[in-house]
Amino acid sequence: MSELQIMTFIVVGATFALYIGIAVWARAGSTKEFYVAGAGIHPVANGMATAADWMSAASFISMAGLIAFMGYGGSVFLMGWTGGYVLLAMLLAPYLRKHGKFTVPEFIGDRYYSKAARIVAVLCLIICSVTYVIGQMKGVGVAFSRFLEVEYGTGLIVGMAVVFTYAVLGGMKGITYTQIAQYCVLITAYTIPAVFISLQLTGHPLPQIGLGSTMTGSDTYLLDRLNQVVTELGFTEYTSQVQISYFNMFVYTMSLMIGTAGLPHVIIRFFTVPKVSDARKSAGWALVFIALLYTTAPAVAAMARLNLMTTIEPEPGQYLAYDERPTWFKKWEATGLLEYQDKNGDGLIQYSADPATNEMVKVDRDIMVLANPEIAGLPNWVIALVAAGGIAAALSTAAGLLLAIASAISHDLLKGVFMPGISERTELMASRVAMAGAIGVAGYLGFNPPDFAAGTVALAFGLAASSIFPVLMMGIFSKRMNKYGAMAGMITGITVTLLYVFQHKGIMFIPGTEFLGDMKPNWFFSVEPNAFGAIGALFNFAVAIVVSRLTAPPPEHIQDLVEHIRIPVGVAAAHDH
Amino acid sequence: MAFKTEEDARAYWRRNVRLMAIMLTIWFLVSFGCGILFVEPLNSFHLGGYPLGFWFAQQGSIYTFVVLIFVYAWRMGVIDREFGVHDD
Repeated sequence: MSELQIMTFIVVGATFALYIGIAVWARAGSTKEFYVAGAGIHPVANGMATAADWMSAASFISMAGLIAFMGYGGSVFLMGWTGGYVLLAMLLAPYLRKHGKFTVPEFIGDRYYSKAARIVAVLCLIICSVTYVIGQMKGVGVAFSRFLEVEYGTGLIVGMAVVFTYAVLGGMKGITYTQIAQYCVLITAYTIPAVFISLQLTGHPLPQIGLGSTMTGSDTYLLDRLNQVVTELGFTEYTSQVQISYFNMFVYTMSLMIGTAGLPHVIIRFFTVPKVSDARKSAGWALVFIALLYTTAPAVAAMARLNLMTTIEPEPGQYLAYDERPTWFKKWEATGLLEYQDKNGDGLIQYSADPATNEMVKVDRDIMVLANPEIAGLPNWVIALVAAGGIAAALSTAAGLLLAIASAISHDLLKGVFMPGISERTELMASRVAMAGAIGVAGYLGFNPPDFAAGTVALAFGLAASSIFPVLMMGIFSKRMNKYGAMAGMITGITVTLLYVFQHKGIMFIPGTEFLGDMKPNWFFSVEPNAFGAIGALFNFAVAIVVSRLTAPPPEHIQDLVEHIRIPVGVAAAHDH
Repeated sequence: MAFKTEEDARAYWRRNVRLMAIMLTIWFLVSFGCGILFVEPLNSFHLGGYPLGFWFAQQGSIYTFVVLIFVYAWRMGVIDREFGVHDD
C-alpha cells in the first residue's frame, strides 16, 4: 500500500468515526426529531447544515472540473446554484416555516386541500430526488475508485454500501449535527489546496484574488496566460467561452436558481429553525457558507486547467513523454477515467482541440478537483483531505435527499394517504425500507450516469424547477390558485421537462432509448436538456393560471390559511399530528 | 388575525412585496444582466486580471446575493415590528 493510500484511509476513517459518533450521540427519539430535528436548531448552525446538505459531490468534485473546461460558460453553475437562495429567502422559506409541517408534499396537500395534489407532489419529489442521488453516486463512485484504486463500478458499489449504512443511522436531528461536521471537513478540504495552488501560481493566498492577479515572477495576469495557452492548442478562449448560446446560459441559470428554491431536501431544512425570522436569516447564513466554496471554485477551475495544460506541454511545442508521465496520471488511467492514445506513435503526449490529433482521448471532468492537488504536487495529507472532503460532500447530500425521499413515502404516502393508522415505529421502518430502495435504484442508474455528476444534478434541479417551485410560490402569493390549477401545473411542468430530457438522454437515462427521431439535439431554441427546467416552469405557471381561472376558487378557510402564513407572528413549533 | 385593521394587513403585504421587488430587480441585474446579457461590453473593462463581465458572472453576483438576503431579512424585521407582527 502506498503512503498516500495509508494517509487516505487514516483521514477518511477519522472523519467517518466523527460522523458516526455524532449520529449516535444525537439520534432521533421521535418522529418530530426524525423529520425536523424538533424545530430547535439555531439559524447559523442550520445555515451550515444547509450548506453541507446542499453542496454535494456535484459542487465539490464535479463543478470546478466542469468550469475548468467550460470557462466562462461554467458561470451558469456558479450563479445558478447561489442565486436560488435569494428566491428561497424571499419567496418560500419564511412562509413554509410559518405553516410548520414536516414535508413539502404536506404543505401542498394542505394548501391545495387535496390528497391527490399531495400524491402528485410526492411523485415529482421522488423523480427529482432520485435523479439527484444518481449524480451523487457518480461522484462517490469516482472518489472511491481513485482512492481504493479500483474500477469505477466497484467504487460505486462500495459507495452505495457506505451511503446506505450511514443514511439509515440518521434522522434529521442526527443528520443536522453530522452535516455541521461535514461542512467543516469539506470546506477545509476545498480551500487548503486552493490556497496552496494560488500561492504557487500567483503568490496570493486568497484564491478569489489570486485568480485576478499576475503570475509569480511575471507581469502577465493568470487569466491572460490561461487564455493564451488554451487558444494556442485550438480551444476557445477561457474567459469568453459561451456555453452553446447566451440564451441557453440564461435559461440554464434560471433553471438552476428556481430548482434550488424548489428542491424539497433544501426546503425542509428551513422547517428545523424555531422562528420565521430565523428562516430568513438562515437562508443568508447558508449562502455565506456556500459562497466560501463557490467563490473559490472558479479559481480552482482556472488554475487546475492551467496546471494540467502546462504539465502536458511545459513549453509550446515541447510535449511530455508518455513514459515519463507522473504517478497521478497512471493512477487515474487505472480508473478508466483518463485515457491516452499514441496516435502518431512518437511516445509523446499531444493535447489539442482537434479530435484527429488529440491524444488525450478521455479526460473525465469529474476527476479534476481530486487530481488537482496531485497535479500541483501538493503533499499527500492534502490529497487525502480532498478525498475526505469529496466523500463528506456526497454523503451529507445523499443523507438529506434520502431523508426527503423516505419522509415523502412514509409520512406523505403511507401515513398521510393510504394507512393513516400506522404506528410511529412502522412509519420509521417504512422510511428505512424506502431509503434502501432509493439507493438501489440510484446506484443501478449510476452505472450509466446520463452526464457528469454536475450535469446529472442539473437535471434534478430542472425537474424540481418545473414541478415543485411554481406551485409553492403560487400557493403563497396567489389566493386564487386552486387544486385543479396546481395539479395540472405540476403534471404539465414535469412531463414537458421529462420528455425533453428523455428524448435526449434516453428513457430513465438508459442508453439506446433516446427518441429524437428527425429532430436535432437542443432543438428548442438551442436550449440543452439540463437547462430545460425553466421552460418547464413557464409551462407550469401558464397552465396552472389558466386552469385555476376556469375552475372554482379555493374555499374560504384556504384563503385564511394563506393570510395566516404570510405573517411571522403566531408561529407554532412544527406540530406533531 | 394579528393586524388591527384589514387596511394594515394589506399595507403590510404591499410593503413586503415592494421590498421583494427591489431586491429581485438587483438580483436580476447583477446575475442575468451583468453576468450574461451585458457580459461582452463589460468585458472591455477590467478588475485586476478579471474581465469585468467575467468577474460578475464568477464572483460579483455571488457576493451581491449574500448581501441581498441579509438586507431583506433586516428590512423585513423592521417592517414586522412596525406592524406588530414580529416573532422575536
